[in-house]
Amino acid sequence: MRRSFWQRFFSPITLFLWAFRIVVILAILVGSFRTLTAGKYAGDQWIDVIVFGLSQGSIYALIALGYTMVYGILRMINFAHGEIFMSGAYTAYFVAAAFLSSGFLNRNPVVSLLVVIAVAMATSTAIALLVERIAYRPLRRAPRLVPLISAIGASFFLQYTFRGFFGAGFQAYPDWNVLKGEVVLAGIGVLRTQAVAIVGALFLMTVLYLFVMRTKTGTAMRAVSEDMEVAAMMGIDVDRIIVITFGVGAAAAGAAGVLYALVFRQVWFFMGFVPGIKAFTAAVLGGIGNIPGAMVGGIFLGLIESAGPILFLDGLGIPSPNQLKDVIAFVMLVMVLIFRPTGILGERLATKKA
Amino acid sequence: MITRRPRWTSYLGIGAVTGGVAVFLALVGMVETFSRRQIIVGVISLGHALLLLTGLASGYAAGRRAGRPAAALGGGVLAGAATGVVVAAFVVLGTSVDFRHMFVASSPGLYDILTFARGRAGLPLVVLAWTLVSVVGAGLALLPATIRRPAFAGAVTVIFLGLFQELLQLTLQEGTVQTLLRGFLFTGDGLLPRGALTGFAVAAVGSIASWRWGATVRGRARSMPPRSRRISAYTALLLAVIILFYLPRIVGEFPSQVLVFVGLFTLMGLGLNLEVGFAGLLDLGFVAFFAIGAYTVALLTTPEKYAIAQFSFWLAVPVALVVSLVAGVFFGLPILGIRGDYLAIATLGFGEIMRLLVLSDFLKPWLGGSRGIINLPKPIIFGYEFKEFGQLFWITIVASAFIAFVAARLRDSRLGRSWMAIREDEDVAEAMGINTVTSKLLAYGIGGAFAGMGGAIFAVMIGSVFPHSFNLLVSINTLALIIVGGMGSLPGVIVGSLFLVGLPELLREFAEFRYLVYGAVLILMMIVRPEGLWPEAARARELHAEEAPAPAAEEALAAVGSDGEA
Repeated sequence: MRRSFWQRFFSPITLFLWAFRIVVILAILVGSFRTLTAGKYAGDQWIDVIVFGLSQGSIYALIALGYTMVYGILRMINFAHGEIFMSGAYTAYFVAAAFLSSGFLNRNPVVSLLVVIAVAMATSTAIALLVERIAYRPLRRAPRLVPLISAIGASFFLQYTFRGFFGAGFQAYPDWNVLKGEVVLAGIGVLRTQAVAIVGALFLMTVLYLFVMRTKTGTAMRAVSEDMEVAAMMGIDVDRIIVITFGVGAAAAGAAGVLYALVFRQVWFFMGFVPGIKAFTAAVLGGIGNIPGAMVGGIFLGLIESAGPILFLDGLGIPSPNQLKDVIAFVMLVMVLIFRPTGILGERLATKKA
Repeated sequence: MITRRPRWTSYLGIGAVTGGVAVFLALVGMVETFSRRQIIVGVISLGHALLLLTGLASGYAAGRRAGRPAAALGGGVLAGAATGVVVAAFVVLGTSVDFRHMFVASSPGLYDILTFARGRAGLPLVVLAWTLVSVVGAGLALLPATIRRPAFAGAVTVIFLGLFQELLQLTLQEGTVQTLLRGFLFTGDGLLPRGALTGFAVAAVGSIASWRWGATVRGRARSMPPRSRRISAYTALLLAVIILFYLPRIVGEFPSQVLVFVGLFTLMGLGLNLEVGFAGLLDLGFVAFFAIGAYTVALLTTPEKYAIAQFSFWLAVPVALVVSLVAGVFFGLPILGIRGDYLAIATLGFGEIMRLLVLSDFLKPWLGGSRGIINLPKPIIFGYEFKEFGQLFWITIVASAFIAFVAARLRDSRLGRSWMAIREDEDVAEAMGINTVTSKLLAYGIGGAFAGMGGAIFAVMIGSVFPHSFNLLVSINTLALIIVGGMGSLPGVIVGSLFLVGLPELLREFAEFRYLVYGAVLILMMIVRPEGLWPEAARARELHAEEAPAPAAEEALAAVGSDGEA
């Protein structure tokens, strides 16, 4: 039985979804209007919020690359990616703490920061490769739910491994003296850690983008994500490419972990979970499988999450809106998955495969 | 298939892996924590048993790889020695460099356990011990199943007796026979060696007996006339009811609490099983329904502020069921179009949104924020108050039995078959004329109602509700237990919650490593046995369809299938 366009349009579910959309959009509009007309927040505060949003957004973007690349190739959500991010940051914390107590940290700030980031990238990569080898590779031909459940298992296994290894508490990340205070850029005062996070993340994303677009390995990665079987027939070692994809994504996540620790100044075993989900949101927002999309999606999400509470929620008269900033991110996640699973920029992948 | 003789380096590889596992177990803190619990007094602790298990595993793996007896034993020696060397190297490193500020478990106590309290002088002993255990493991791999199975049953029984000695001793306190038995098996603080030997022997004999005569007995039971079969089935049911009725009194207060938890998670598991196992909808926000059930009961029964009514528990539960059912449908509506792994993430998002909203100041005037709602009255019927865990256990059991019955009837109904069709292939299901929209919404709704029931009982059991009780880990817990039990299998849910909820609650040491073990179990189950411990026959066949099944595996599946139908 074919239903006409109008019958489908007025089906209860479509109406329900429209109502949902309209409520959210109205809430955003009314909230923003009332906040802006009330003039409760000054220009400086908005700039702080935007810079903070940019810094956390670029970190999300850097994590999102791992999700997007792995999904592009294997069509699976690497649920443990957030923990890979955590593992890099946490392990590098011990290097940073050792540098701090030996005085090397502030004597050679640039070198020490680079070493800390390199350690984080190396650890994350090593752990991601282990996870891929143990938890994902044997399941490559299994039904789709199976590797996802295995990934959820890997995620919790890693969290509680780190909890068992390093304890359940928070560890305060050391401060680099040079990164204390603000730096003034074009008349805007920006916290130095946030500036480093933005610049570092943008730099790494550019490197990664060039790697994927310009190098031979990158071309092979794109070929595998286009069609695994044909790529194998063309003489590409698919297993090797999958390993490289996991490794590169994990290295980006490890670096993101250090940048995140610089901005938020602490690490603990559960720190990867929420940023992981947000980065996944960013990857979907930008169109999963789409590398520039992940960058745009990450920065967009960071901005919304940072500005959203005071822009939309405060205007609606909701008390302590900052408690709900994760709610904004999760609502974004659910809305994107419901209304535009191909992302804002559109999916680069052929729809038949998704 | 061409088999090549494995090279000796491959045994060293096995040893390196198991050695790595042993070091991991030590560093993550399991060895030291578990060594506080003795299995056999003065002989072996759980921590040592865990370490020995790595040796057994290395020998077993080497033996399986080698195949021939001589090579197997040689391989076992090599692999075991390699494992021991890795552990010894770890001890040398750990005792010379203090990295306790990093690895919190790297304490002197740990190295005492690893070296059998002999310090560095114990290192050769370490290598020797692992080698010996590994040779035993290799021997096990060579032995025929007729010997291996009783040995395994015996070992499991000894571990069980040792771990639950406190509990067993409590139940054996009264009566002459019990006291005698208790004195024979246990001392004040654990299992005696003679108790262990007896337990081992009894279990081994039992295992041999069930292997020899089990099939005949089962065959005879199957060939009974239907009338007497029905009678024996009803007798078994009656016996089970009587045992369950007296169980809380036999085991005491704390184990009853654990039993209530097991029952609650069985309820949750039955609900999630309906979504994941029957309909194939992976829902990671499942805890939201549990919370909705709990909060509904709390708001309807509490005498404190936030109360919206003064219902009795018995009136509040049906309301909670309806509310969580409606919530399930509403929650399902927007995500109807999402499939597979996107669905998992979307539901995860929903669950977190719910929790954050309840925690926030925004809803605090209605739900009490992080302080929650307290002082819920216990259920009273005809003046009888269900205030102790032993009494609440009866409510839980009745509810679980009712829900399990509903779930079983649903599974065999038209709706259940449409769920399974959707699980297999949604597009095809729709093309075959199944109303996927209604079916999926009903899956969310009914699954949610089951969890709501669990939440309702949870609320009165604790006597208060807090948002912190409803975090993502509850969803993961439930997911883990239905996967271990077998997705889509109803007895599997009970098996899963006994193992994954009952064990860690009873053994406090496990609680700390609960999610570590869950994570490992999820991965392992997916790789080795995706159909679960107690699978539903069709599901097992489907998950193994891609592999060309070996004849043995096929037989096993057939056996499982006929058991399920019997």
